[in-house]
Amino acid sequence: MTSTREEIVQNPYLPYPVRIDEIVTETEDKNLKTFKFVFLDPDDEKKFAYHAGQFAELSIAGKGEIPIGIASSPTEKGFLKFTVNKVGLVSSHLHAMKVGDVMGVRGPLGNWYPWEVLEGKNVVIVGGGFAFTTLRSSIIYMLENRDRFGEIHVVYGARTPGMLLYREELAQWESRDDIHMHITVDATDDPDWKYNVGFVPPITEQKAPQGDGDTYAIVCGPPVMIKFTQPVLDQKGYAHDHIIMSLENRMKCGIGICGHCNVGREFVCKDGPVFTLSQLNQLPKEY
Amino acid sequence: MTTFQLDSDRLTEGIDRLHGQYRVIGPVAEGRFHNFRPLQPGQKPDFDFRNTRMSAKQLVYPQSQVMAEYHLDETREDSHILKEVLPDETPRAVFGIRPCDADAFGLVRRNFDTEEYKDPYWIQAYERATLVGLACEDPCRSCFCTSAGSGPYSTGGLDALLVEDPDGGYWFQSLTEKGERLREAAGWKEEAGSGVEDTIAERKKAAESRIVSQVHTDQLRNQATLDLYEAPFWEDVAFSCINCGTCTYLCPTCWCFDIQDETHGKKGCRMRNWDSCMYPLFTLHGSGHNPRGEKIQRVRQRFMHKLKYYVDKYDNGIQCVGCGRCVQYCPVNIDIRRVCELMNQRGSTGAACEV
Ligand SMILES: Cc1cc2nc3c(=O)[nH]c(=O)nc-3n(C[C@H](O)[C@H](O)[C@H](O)COP(=O)(O)OP(=O)(O)OC[C@H]3O[C@@H](n4cnc5c(N)ncnc54)[C@H](O)[C@@H]3O)c2cc1C
Ligand code: SF4
Ligand code: SF4
Ligand code: FES
Repeated sequence: MTSTREEIVQNPYLPYPVRIDEIVTETEDKNLKTFKFVFLDPDDEKKFAYHAGQFAELSIAGKGEIPIGIASSPTEKGFLKFTVNKVGLVSSHLHAMKVGDVMGVRGPLGNWYPWEVLEGKNVVIVGGGFAFTTLRSSIIYMLENRDRFGEIHVVYGARTPGMLLYREELAQWESRDDIHMHITVDATDDPDWKYNVGFVPPITEQKAPQGDGDTYAIVCGPPVMIKFTQPVLDQKGYAHDHIIMSLENRMKCGIGICGHCNVGREFVCKDGPVFTLSQLNQLPKEY
Repeated sequence: MTTFQLDSDRLTEGIDRLHGQYRVIGPVAEGRFHNFRPLQPGQKPDFDFRNTRMSAKQLVYPQSQVMAEYHLDETREDSHILKEVLPDETPRAVFGIRPCDADAFGLVRRNFDTEEYKDPYWIQAYERATLVGLACEDPCRSCFCTSAGSGPYSTGGLDALLVEDPDGGYWFQSLTEKGERLREAAGWKEEAGSGVEDTIAERKKAAESRIVSQVHTDQLRNQATLDLYEAPFWEDVAFSCINCGTCTYLCPTCWCFDIQDETHGKKGCRMRNWDSCMYPLFTLHGSGHNPRGEKIQRVRQRFMHKLKYYVDKYDNGIQCVGCGRCVQYCPVNIDIRRVCELMNQRGSTGAACEV
């Protein structure tokens, strides 16, 4: 298990240099932007082979690093996408950067949604707010490999229509018949709004299929959404090892070494961020 | 194993001979305490101490360490690109490490050197160091190394061991190839008389018997994590803690760090600094949410990590070598030995009542 310095080829703290290729403002409050990055060295893209559900550290020299879920899908080649909420030091600096600027991406980090287990199964995605990023990656990944999955349902909610991420893609998915989209907003006065109105938990109750051994739910969203969605899924018969969630904790190293992100004996960065609810039931609620 | 005899002069001469090949480090008196410092040619390590105040962990894992550097000058090709900075590669000879501090390296290595990720800074500094221990004859009252997987003559983490000869001078034993290379470089050749191994074994036993304080750890693995986590005693354990972080900074087996960028003009570096789970900022989310915002949660985390999470994760004992520093220096006398007993005994009294 132990190794000498000579055997260490890769310094896990060093980011790959990338260039910002495109910036899209996603939401009406302008607090969420999607950044598209291309690797300065094309060989680095091969080294950065990832799965839907993983994250990376976005690294800005002089400011620091932030863990952000990978919003692009492994089936999309030539770039990486991340959608970043403007919160504090690093994310605010990133929001002020321009196309062409050089920064770093370190990863891919963490585990991913259990695609091997989900193969041949029905998948219900329940997402709220800006936690939809790795869910976009997952949806695109599943649609590219459509024959490997059963029914796909997506319940996705935001406060208002203007706060939904990836609106053009949502509309495209709505028009397909191999994925059941249930988009909802808390409230709207838009007379043209064609979709649902209501919080995510009741929409999940109305639209999601019953749980059974062949159906898995992936739930990502703000704590309050998760709190009220879980009883709905319980009532619909989803076993806790069929409910999959992605956690967040303050992070630094992203590789299970710095000690920042632990939940009990698990590190969210390395053993997670993806856990089943039955795994989480065994752990302190320190997230 | 051969044991070599060194009188005080020969020890000093030998250490002096190492300069040039090694950076030589040893304990030095600083006010009322001893700490590890680089030794200049001619300077002797000062072995007149029980234990250094700061542990030896900083020799491999400095309190602040540059990991990478960068330029922000847009006219440069490499502007905004981080470049690796590894620690100085000169071999280091460290004299006077207590066996407990040396054992701590083996324990911490499980964190820095994993199958998936290797921490090049820690591993390189560790590989480049030759650790010459000093057996412990006069333990502090707060030490409990013998029940924490270490001991006053423990050799687990050392490359060589020095044992004080009561008739003056020292005995030297090399324990690894690195230790043997150091001995050759120091020119220590005089073998000790026959029977010395028995004498050392006796002294070891006597030293172990002077460690009177103990912890019990045999039930920790059997305890249910959530039951320990929710145990009623945490409120009481944490009550007086002032979250100063002393326990974590002095501990040879605490390894957590923060990463920060420091820019001066158009260039700067990314560095890591020791951090402490005792501070609320350690877990604060950007949203303001804090999973360990309360003091009791942080105190519980420190003990649960050392005495439960680590135990379960590695199945290799507790994350503590019993050096006693946290017991000795905690300003409000929070005592890991007491907490360990509470955790280890949890449930046993309850079970007895049920019968
Ligand atoms: C696995 C994972 C995936 C995430 N995915 C996304 C995403 O897709 N989009 C998005 O907008 N946000 C995401 N976040 C949250 C995002 O990491 C934080 O909002 C961000 O770190 C805030 O950093 P800051 O420098 O702007 O804020 P500050 O409050 O100034 O934070 C300072 C530093 O603290 C740490 N930190 C603070 N909050 C968090 C946090 N919640 N999680 C981890 N580290 C933190 C970071 O090291 C940060 O640089 C994710 C977090 C995790 C753990
Ligand atoms: S040294 Fe004592 S008071 Fe200070 S943080 Fe540790 S337990 Fe709390
Ligand atoms: S927890 Fe306390 S006694 Fe144990 S190794 Fe750390 S400082 Fe020493
Ligand atoms: S972020 Fe360092 S251990 Fe998880």
